[in-house]
Amino acid sequence: MIVVVDYGLGNLGSIANMLKKIGAHAVVSSDPAVVEKADKLILPGVGAFDAGMKNLETRGLIPLLNYRVLEQKTPILGVCLGMQLLCKRSEEGQLPGLGWLDAEVIRFKFDGNIANLKIPHMGWNTLTVRQPYPLFADLEAENRFYFVHSYHVVCADRGNVLAQTNYGFDFASAVVKDNIMGVQFHPEKSHKFGMRLYKNFTERV
Amino acid sequence: MFSPRVIPCLLLRNLGLVKTVKFKNPTYLGDPINIVKIFNDKEVDELMFLDIMATVENKRPPFKLLEKVASEAFMPLGYGGGIRTLEDIKTILGLGIEKVIINSYAVENPAFIRQAADFAGSSSVVVSMDVKKNRWGKYEVFTHSGRKATGLDPVKFAVEMANIGAGELFLNSIDRDGTMQGYDLALITRVASAVNSPVVACGGARTVQDLEAAVKQGGASAAGAGSMFVFQGPHRAVLISYPTSQELKTAFGE
Repeated sequence: MIVVVDYGLGNLGSIANMLKKIGAHAVVSSDPAVVEKADKLILPGVGAFDAGMKNLETRGLIPLLNYRVLEQKTPILGVCLGMQLLCKRSEEGQLPGLGWLDAEVIRFKFDGNIANLKIPHMGWNTLTVRQPYPLFADLEAENRFYFVHSYHVVCADRGNVLAQTNYGFDFASAVVKDNIMGVQFHPEKSHKFGMRLYKNFTERV
Repeated sequence: MFSPRVIPCLLLRNLGLVKTVKFKNPTYLGDPINIVKIFNDKEVDELMFLDIMATVENKRPPFKLLEKVASEAFMPLGYGGGIRTLEDIKTILGLGIEKVIINSYAVENPAFIRQAADFAGSSSVVVSMDVKKNRWGKYEVFTHSGRKATGLDPVKFAVEMANIGAGELFLNSIDRDGTMQGYDLALITRVASAVNSPVVACGGARTVQDLEAAVKQGGASAAGAGSMFVFQGPHRAVLISYPTSQELKTAFGE
């Protein structure tokens, strides 16, 4: 069973819709007893970094998630803000992140001849997959995903960068460390490419 | 490669889809769910739904229909029409529709845009402005599906809305709506050059070249259209279409 962690922020409806479409056994829940039993976890999220961490905290989910992910090595996929929360800190907020990835989150900054690029990075973009990984099986050659974000992840260890995307410059659009995965884009809003990715997470990871 | 969005903008009227000309004479197109399924199969960049009667008839958003739409469409979705409370926004986002589009109520109660942005995040809040040249030839914002003049200048209004939290501006030309005579590029340029927020241009598109012009000449971040994607031929036969990804790649190029 996949548990989509409900911490009061985000795109729960659309993730649930797509998981249902691909026939995955998934539930949306904030109940620690349910999170306890998950075979795999999805950490969604839309909104501000501190609001995300605060909501995880007030629901008492942080120690449990630490245990499930770091001790029990339960596969987890962070989506959009959910990916950013995997990091140590963010320019957007004061609170520390979950800190599972040696990475931080910074705001897009453009100058010179790309100064006119709009923030947020909102729209469809492609990925260059840097290392073969089951999450991106059948997606290396052709892909297209929907992005909405003003901040992006910077990994201290380049080895954690699974895929990158160009918006003014190359940034990490997917990360991985052991059982921990994150994607900056919204697979649940990315047609067949997103379906493939969720199917890969369900069946191959 | 980053590509500008091309967005079919669909009008709901009594739970059916229609297309207007200059905001009048709605032609019935068909059942929304069937049409959404076709657009989903064509892998469109994004879809926007506007209930053109909700505010006029003081009705609530059609939540049941939106729920069905969200379960059939796996691309970004926006909904506008009759949104007046944070509760409405919460319900719509919960269904899996990530953008709320606010038009009349943004004029009536601008503070609501800030509340909406604080609640849902700016990138989920789209302010829509329907613009027409008034009898003195000046651009003016209209509400209530084009029925009510506001006296507001679109550039000033767009800047105000962006400043208080609108993450995106949907700019619709009433004069070009349904005419397929090309976008009002002068209007798009004025608004897009005045704000940092992305502008979705709408009204008048007939060809892929029009879409390209809205982005490259007008400075819009996305090109919206209605008639172009639902009609075909001189007799305006209802036929759902969307440019192929190759056509769009050629137009927007690297």
